[in-house]
Amino acid sequence: MTTGQAQTDTELVTLTIDGREVQARKGELLIKVAQENGVYIPRFCWHERMEPVGMCRMCLVQVDGMRGFPPACTTPVAEGMVAHTDTEPVKKIQDGVLEFLLINHPLDCPVCDRGGECPLQDQTLAFGPGESRFTEEKRHFEKPIPLSGLVLLDRERCIQCGRCTRFAEEIAGDPLIDFGERSDRMQVVTFPDEPFSSYFSGNTVQICPVGALLSKPYRFKARPWDLSTSETTCTTCAVGCRGALQSSSNRLLRLLGVDLDAVNQGWLCDKGRYGYEWVHADERVLEPSVRVRNAMVDVSWPEALEAVANELQRAIELHGPSSVAVLGGARGSNEDAYAWVRLAKGVIGTDNVDAQLGDGLPADAVLGLPRAEIDDLDQAAAIVLLGPDLKEELPVLYLRVKQAAVSKKVPLLDLAPVDVGLTPYATAVSRTVPGEEGVAAERLVAAIGGRASGDAGIDAFAAAATGRSGPVVVVLGRGSVAQSAAPTMRAAAAFAALPNVRFLSALRRGNVHGALDLGLAPGFLPGRVTLDAGRGWFAPIWQTVPKERGLDAEGILRAAADGKVRVLVLLGADPVADFPDTDLARRAIDGAGYVVAVDAFLSESTRRADAFLPCTVWGEKAGTTTNLEGRVQRLGRKVSPEGTTMDDWRIAGELAVRLGNDFDLEFVDEVTDEIATVAPAHAGARSQLLRRSRDGVVLPVREHLHEIMVRTGDLNIMAEDGPAVSWDPIRVDAAEPSEEGDAAHEVDEARGEAERLEREAPAHHEWDRAANVGDAPGRDAYALRLVSGRELYDGGRITTCSPSLAPLRKDSALMVHPQDLARIGVEEGTQVRVTSSRATVTLPVRTHPSVPAGTARLPFTADGRGASELIDTTTMVTDLRVETIS
Amino acid sequence: MTTANTSEPFSETRIVTRRLHERPDDSWTIDGALASGAYDSLRQVLAQGDPSAVQAEATASGLRGRGGANFSTGQKWSFLPKDTFPRYLVVNGDEGEPSTFKDRMLLERDPHQLLEGIVIASYAIQCNLAFIYVRGEFALGHDRLMRAIADARAKGFIGKDIQGSGFDLDVVVHRGAGAYICGEETALLESLEGERGMPRLKPPFPAIEGLYAKPTVVNNVETLSTLPHIVRMGGEEYAKLGMARSTGTRVCALSGHVKRPGNYEVEFGCTFRDIIFGLGGGIRDDNALKFFLPGGASFQWLVEEHLDEPYDMDHAAQKLGTSLGSGAVMVFDETTDPVRVAWRLAKFYSHESCGKCTPCREGTGWVEKILYRILHGYASPEDFEMVCDVADNISPNFMAAPFNQTTLCPLGPSVASPIASLAKYYRDEIIERIAAQQAEVPA
Amino acid sequence: MFTDDNRARARDIVAQYPRARSAIMPLAYLAQDQHGWLPPEAIPEIAEFCGVSAAEVQGTVSFYTMFKRRPCGRLVVSVCTNVTCLVVGGPEILEHLEVKYASDDDVTVEEVECLAACGNAPSMQVNYEFHERLTPEVAEAIVEDYKAGRLAARTVSGTPQ
Ligand SMILES: Cc1cc2nc3c(=O)[nH]c(=O)nc-3n(C[C@H](O)[C@H](O)[C@H](O)COP(=O)(O)O)c2cc1C
Ligand code: SF4
Ligand code: FES
Repeated sequence: MTTGQAQTDTELVTLTIDGREVQARKGELLIKVAQENGVYIPRFCWHERMEPVGMCRMCLVQVDGMRGFPPACTTPVAEGMVAHTDTEPVKKIQDGVLEFLLINHPLDCPVCDRGGECPLQDQTLAFGPGESRFTEEKRHFEKPIPLSGLVLLDRERCIQCGRCTRFAEEIAGDPLIDFGERSDRMQVVTFPDEPFSSYFSGNTVQICPVGALLSKPYRFKARPWDLSTSETTCTTCAVGCRGALQSSSNRLLRLLGVDLDAVNQGWLCDKGRYGYEWVHADERVLEPSVRVRNAMVDVSWPEALEAVANELQRAIELHGPSSVAVLGGARGSNEDAYAWVRLAKGVIGTDNVDAQLGDGLPADAVLGLPRAEIDDLDQAAAIVLLGPDLKEELPVLYLRVKQAAVSKKVPLLDLAPVDVGLTPYATAVSRTVPGEEGVAAERLVAAIGGRASGDAGIDAFAAAATGRSGPVVVVLGRGSVAQSAAPTMRAAAAFAALPNVRFLSALRRGNVHGALDLGLAPGFLPGRVTLDAGRGWFAPIWQTVPKERGLDAEGILRAAADGKVRVLVLLGADPVADFPDTDLARRAIDGAGYVVAVDAFLSESTRRADAFLPCTVWGEKAGTTTNLEGRVQRLGRKVSPEGTTMDDWRIAGELAVRLGNDFDLEFVDEVTDEIATVAPAHAGARSQLLRRSRDGVVLPVREHLHEIMVRTGDLNIMAEDGPAVSWDPIRVDAAEPSEEGDAAHEVDEARGEAERLEREAPAHHEWDRAANVGDAPGRDAYALRLVSGRELYDGGRITTCSPSLAPLRKDSALMVHPQDLARIGVEEGTQVRVTSSRATVTLPVRTHPSVPAGTARLPFTADGRGASELIDTTTMVTDLRVETIS
Repeated sequence: MTTANTSEPFSETRIVTRRLHERPDDSWTIDGALASGAYDSLRQVLAQGDPSAVQAEATASGLRGRGGANFSTGQKWSFLPKDTFPRYLVVNGDEGEPSTFKDRMLLERDPHQLLEGIVIASYAIQCNLAFIYVRGEFALGHDRLMRAIADARAKGFIGKDIQGSGFDLDVVVHRGAGAYICGEETALLESLEGERGMPRLKPPFPAIEGLYAKPTVVNNVETLSTLPHIVRMGGEEYAKLGMARSTGTRVCALSGHVKRPGNYEVEFGCTFRDIIFGLGGGIRDDNALKFFLPGGASFQWLVEEHLDEPYDMDHAAQKLGTSLGSGAVMVFDETTDPVRVAWRLAKFYSHESCGKCTPCREGTGWVEKILYRILHGYASPEDFEMVCDVADNISPNFMAAPFNQTTLCPLGPSVASPIASLAKYYRDEIIERIAAQQAEVPA
Repeated sequence: MFTDDNRARARDIVAQYPRARSAIMPLAYLAQDQHGWLPPEAIPEIAEFCGVSAAEVQGTVSFYTMFKRRPCGRLVVSVCTNVTCLVVGGPEILEHLEVKYASDDDVTVEEVECLAACGNAPSMQVNYEFHERLTPEVAEAIVEDYKAGRLAARTVSGTPQ
């Protein structure tokens, strides 16, 4: 569903630009058509991803038959149009507009962050007058002023293009900045008491065509020409936004959004953008250590590996392979996940492996449900939102769903248990009672089938969706981690009956999909095949394959708590912080015989480790990741690892050797290539293909060969702002190889590989909807049902270890409906006693109209401020009693 | 409001200003208005029961908008897409063009005539909700309009089932708050939507996507006040007044150095001399005329030699390179420093620029600063050429009219008109003046 | 912030419009009438009535000169100096009043654009009540009449009171 495809089904027109005949889609804007045909029309206000406004007047051209000088950014092309972009009058206008822009613009380029990568500077050189004739005093403002904790504004440099204000309103839906005043006093303003606290604020800095908006974390850190850049994929969450990672002197300094059409369209959330800071955090653990008589002692890598291998060996020998368990892996790369799966399942022989920490969905469903791509949202017949608040957990997916609903007018149904970021854009809202998601889904299926559902919102939505073509995309996740996954699964079972339904699993951790795809889940082997189906395929390739299905995270923790886990490997996992039931997690860590931490930081979980193997992190390592739609993309390695840290996949290989199995994998690309050869869903996704394919490749490769776009030029992040557009993609039509010999060759190879595996390897797992029914327990009249989810700036490591993000974390309180507060009989903000079947805690209580009566909302964290003490994972839902403290 | 008690041979043709002259003490009250025929035309229209007939009369009358753009009213209505509802009528009562004061008079002195026009127009275009955007500073006009609406509602001229016709119309008054640009129709719509008053891109034009993105007609107060008379007289009869494509009368706001400034309703086709000397009594103190602005502040100036040119919209545009604009005629006598007038106009445009587009936001202020230098004696010899070039960058080929623009709306290029006028009539004078100033400055 | 009466009025105003956002300007007038200027505290409340962010209300109101975002005198005297008034004495009136009331907290003198009173220029408004055919002395006498209560003033928004 790439742009390439869409192009073929719309009308083409022929027009002339500067004497050259070109073809374009009818209605496309002249500025864009010109650019695609090598004619760069200068511009400031126009941004490809936003509605044109024609404000800056830099792009004026002449068009035969049109009066005056129409802006190319607002003029759609039409059949027979004759446009001129380089006439004398046009050049004079360009000179004139640049001169106007410069009269009040300070000439402080040497001290401006944007100097060297500034569209105003570039265009002045390319199109501007030699010097300014303006002799008056320039306008002055106090500078710079903070708009938020992350963004500063230098009003003297602002050229009033409105990109930032339009972004905030149109794209982010956070109109917290606007223009204030008018005439030449016009300036970007916030309301004084309300900072620009948008989760997307950093994008405004990137799209500002001058140095008016500045990133606080980056300010004065580097000059653009000193930066070196690599493309990469953000792993802060599972959306997998494309970025350009920049460093200088082995420090990461900036992440810029790259316009990956199919995913992030140029945008990043602030957590992703500024989260690189934690890579250089002082708290990083940089040397391996092992516990010697209750104290951790730094040792050499060989010593550490030896110690761990010995423990593993002993456990296997004395207690059998399933006395070893591995938790985590969702934060690493695909290569890390594969190597650890190979170690655990193919060497040790344990299936007690889980990349999720009890807060996601069964791997069975994630791997087996029919998948949607993010781009499907724009063309969907309808979108159903059942899950967490995307704005908090998968921010850029929130942008895409919002765009589909608002710009593409796709009907959106909000079935979340409380108001979420997308609620204002929903066509219809039906507040489900937590635990009863299945009922809502069944109603929807009825309504879409033309029967009245008994729910006005759902009926209205079904009516809006009727007659529309395209898939029904269900964003499926857990609306609350305070309830088990069962209600969501019951809903999925109902949704699966809809015609042409596809799912986007709203799991949060960066590479959770890659980890699950590669078998970091009980019952699965790499490439979306089940243990049973894949045993025959993998056994000869690996040393062994587990005999039976193992435990999931909850099972592992319970077993550990019961003393049944001899070696527990925490692969970048912190169950104490992340598992919904903190108490169980603590008991599990204490109960495990030997804890191996493969991590970069000490945490409540890893503090207890018996061996600490410090690993490299994002930015320091290459490889690939897989996002929530199944798109495999490359990671960029921009700084060399600190200390003696090692890639996770290499650690697995080193341990394997010590356990008598040599993976024989020396470079990360070899791991990628092994995956492409052995993992059925990954067949053909070789490193060579991934290196060249602009948008990554979507799994299974064979079904998505036609989407592959091969890049020819170099990355130019500022491409849309500068005359040099050097990143030209070529769509490779796999059916008919294009002249691009190399690209076609690689796609052919991929196809061959995929076809071979299809013949020889086991089939991909499909989800069985039969076994997913169940009911939510009734709640008593005085209880409030707990809804808990993550906030973007949570207590996690990225937030707490990034100095710029840490202060953005908000205080939390138990949120209830005003009626419920009245019933409890206390004032806003009062401390109350909150009791669940697990614990009693004291929390401040506040009201929020978005929380339905009978429900209480509390963010999920494990630091005493959040819900983790209260959640009871043994029951389907968590009900609370809230009482005054007397 | 001063109105001339004329003894000159040339006289007014009072149509929209008749009631307020005849009933100076109560023209704005419902009783005063009803006693002089208010709402008779509305009754006639409703009795006839054919909206398209009203449109046909408006077209036949040749009525062109009195807000400044001179566009045919009947034609504008005809652009509304068929069968798209709701649609809105928006009344432009934001009168802010310098030296224009006719809409204020019509609002304060004859609000019922306006309301009658609004109901007729709404009926013609089949809209059920009309908005009147009244300039914020017109407090008295606002009071009287609110009163008039209440009275008209009580008498069944506004509201549900008007006069038993089955036609409903609600009228909402929206006060501006001090921004000239909100007179521009799309900025006005933005303002009415609670936005900053910044003009929209056209197309889409308001008739297609106007208020709340619905089809919308924007008409000026005087335009609508004329409608009851077109209905009463018949379109063809009205079209007999005036000359060529400038049919009927318009209220001309005469100000400046004339003996009897004020609003005069004149038939198109008279001359500037008729207005300035006939109605205005000539130049104060019998001074010589230096120049006059024939249509508000935004168009090029005229001088003595143009006095006998006809007061006709097309003639002004095609032959004189200017416009009758908002209907204001500003007269300046020989004591006036044209640079001072040009500077003050530039200051006005700079202050009122909405800030949306670059050439206007930055250029008007720059023009103001250069003119200020020339005015106060610290200009350099190149400054006059420079200000002309700056004007040219806002309005390419600015000496010719109607103007081109590099801006988004016509406000910015308006600043080029005084510059063009200076260049046309006073270039040598100004260059000599700068040279003289230079000579005075000690080296 | 709004009085109960004004809250009710605000609801009525919002209901007049097909979209709540249209009520920003009328509500800003309402707040200005209540406070004698438009204090920052009024902004979030207007925003809530209109279903927009405070920044958007700020953006809108700061576009318009009649919203006084800094405390002003009880009497706002607006003197026109646009071209007709310019050539018949407007600037002189402005200067006279500015000097006279420079340190009078009751009176805020401001220069404004054409008031549409050029037929009787020079002119000014006191709280949006027109006064025409002025001289500096007449203008001062009028302001004094308001100060002394001999003339009844509108609010600083021009609302009759
Ligand atoms: C800068 C600018 C200011 C304007 N001011 C006014 C105004 O104050 N009153 C008015 O009726 N039209 C004004 N107009 C013209 C309007 O845009 C529009 O043409 C008019 O209201 C249409 O009504 P009409 O067709 O009845 O004249 C202005 C136009 C511009 C470009
Ligand atoms: S010309 Fe001036 S008033 Fe018109 S849109 Fe541009 S800045 Fe605004
Ligand atoms: S006006 Fe076209 S890019 Fe700004």
